[in-house]
Amino acid sequence: MNAKGFVHKYGDNVDTDVIIPARYLNIADKKELATHCMEDIDTNFVNVVKSGDVMVGGFNFGCGSSREHAPMVIKESGISCVIAKTFARIFYRNAINIGLAIMECPEASEKIEAGDEVAVDFDTGVITNITKGETYQSLPFPAFIKEIIQAGGLMSSIKDKQ
Amino acid sequence: MGMTMTQKILAAHAGLPEVKAGQLIRAKLDMVLGNDITSPVAIREFEKEGFTGVFDKSKISMVMDHFTPNKDIKAAEQCLQCRTFAKRFDIDNFYDVGQMGVEHALLPEKGIVAAGDCIIGADSHTCTYGALGAFSTGVGSTDMAAGMATGETWFKVPEAIKVHLTGKLQPRVSGKDVILHLIGMIGVDGALYQSLEYCGEGVASLSMDDRLCIANMAIEAGAKNGIFPVDETTIAYMEGRVNRPWTAYEADPDAEYVRTIEINLSEIEPTVAYPHLPENARPISQVEDIKIDQVIIGSCTNGRLEDMAIAAEILKGQKVADHVRCIVIPATQQVFQDCIDLGYMTTFIQSGCAVSTPTCGPCLGGHMGVMANGEKCVATTNRNFVGRMGGITSEIYLASPAVAAASAIAGKIADPREV
Repeated sequence: MNAKGFVHKYGDNVDTDVIIPARYLNIADKKELATHCMEDIDTNFVNVVKSGDVMVGGFNFGCGSSREHAPMVIKESGISCVIAKTFARIFYRNAINIGLAIMECPEASEKIEAGDEVAVDFDTGVITNITKGETYQSLPFPAFIKEIIQAGGLMSSIKDKQ
Repeated sequence: MGMTMTQKILAAHAGLPEVKAGQLIRAKLDMVLGNDITSPVAIREFEKEGFTGVFDKSKISMVMDHFTPNKDIKAAEQCLQCRTFAKRFDIDNFYDVGQMGVEHALLPEKGIVAAGDCIIGADSHTCTYGALGAFSTGVGSTDMAAGMATGETWFKVPEAIKVHLTGKLQPRVSGKDVILHLIGMIGVDGALYQSLEYCGEGVASLSMDDRLCIANMAIEAGAKNGIFPVDETTIAYMEGRVNRPWTAYEADPDAEYVRTIEINLSEIEPTVAYPHLPENARPISQVEDIKIDQVIIGSCTNGRLEDMAIAAEILKGQKVADHVRCIVIPATQQVFQDCIDLGYMTTFIQSGCAVSTPTCGPCLGGHMGVMANGEKCVATTNRNFVGRMGGITSEIYLASPAVAAASAIAGKIADPREV
């Protein structure tokens, strides 16, 4: 499992209200929802994001509401991986459960800049900054979580067990 | 090695004699909760995987509280989807308009959640039930779907922070001031992935409404859960509400904590959190002159009877300032009825407040009090993020119902001890 793309970078405490404002939570269609991804802090994101791109945040990424719409719209926008120093715990669970790749790596979060091209190897946890010629080591997922991701998300994994 | 209160509840629900921080476990669930925003996504996942039954219809709750009474056609469609699902599976605790309240005020009030329970809810403020000595945490919709199907979920056993309370709150200071003070001390990620376990002789002086408010905002410090010991106050609250066995768990004397925080309740002032993070907490003595446009008194954090009582006490015989819209939202039908019986409704209306049927509405910028750009609000809600209550340049100052009521009268953020 790998990801490769250009970086969209944000700061600390990116909350789920800015990832997808509650005023749009009456929208059921994922594609329509995704047209509002990040709009309260970055109106241009949806215009410039390309499939495979990588999102980078600081501490406590995804804090606030439990809305699964947040990782859902990031994934729907084409983002292949979110890298942050730390993730808020409900966002962390939600991302795994719906199959959005996330990596905790403070060094990568510090050094990667907006627009850098990065590649992520999910098996080894190595993040390569192609633009800067640097690599950063993050912790790979524990086996239990890898199982969920490999099954294609939580629902498929529990269905497999039944 | 001893276990914390949270770890003991998790061990019992995982069928294990002992669990350790960091361990991944599967735990049995006593309650799975969703609302009108998160349940539709869960229902979609549940149906997509072809599940044909729920694990236990008495252990699922669905509360139509966020965009209700339906704010628009799309919101109505989402509620219809929940209603249809609830009917199909004969869900016992389905609460629709007319019976519903804001979920985290409603479930404790109805005795649906109890001490010792292991609870997940597709709403981040599910951590509220820690006030009753339950392990209770917010999850996403897919977790809710899996929980409804199997009655189990996975957890990483959390480490804990011990919050040792001493002293007693001053008049017109409440649980809200305690939790804003604590979040101000440790930050919005100060308890990330961890439990906040409250203890000490100060606990006894806190009412159940204070505890529910404090536990409610554990998530605003990044915590997995906040939890209070079960004492006489808890037992008195559950009597006549909870009609099933419950269990009081206690932390082992040798339980391990990553840190201990001491809070002397006697020293806490009314506290206000500035935009745009709950950690921007300041004692009221350090708050400048801030003119406001709106006041919201309500929500899962502060829409309970004690919240209404203090607001009514302060507003009685007073008028809301001309330039302020003050919206009062009792969190449940019972709280609403009590407000009528106790005369609070008359006070609210005579002082110039608008009063609404229960809804989460304005807290998340849904309806019933959305703000224009540049406007400022004192809210008894739980989040003051960018754009949370409306326009992206609007500002939310989080505070207690006492501060909110005093501010409504003054037209600016005000100290409730000076009105």
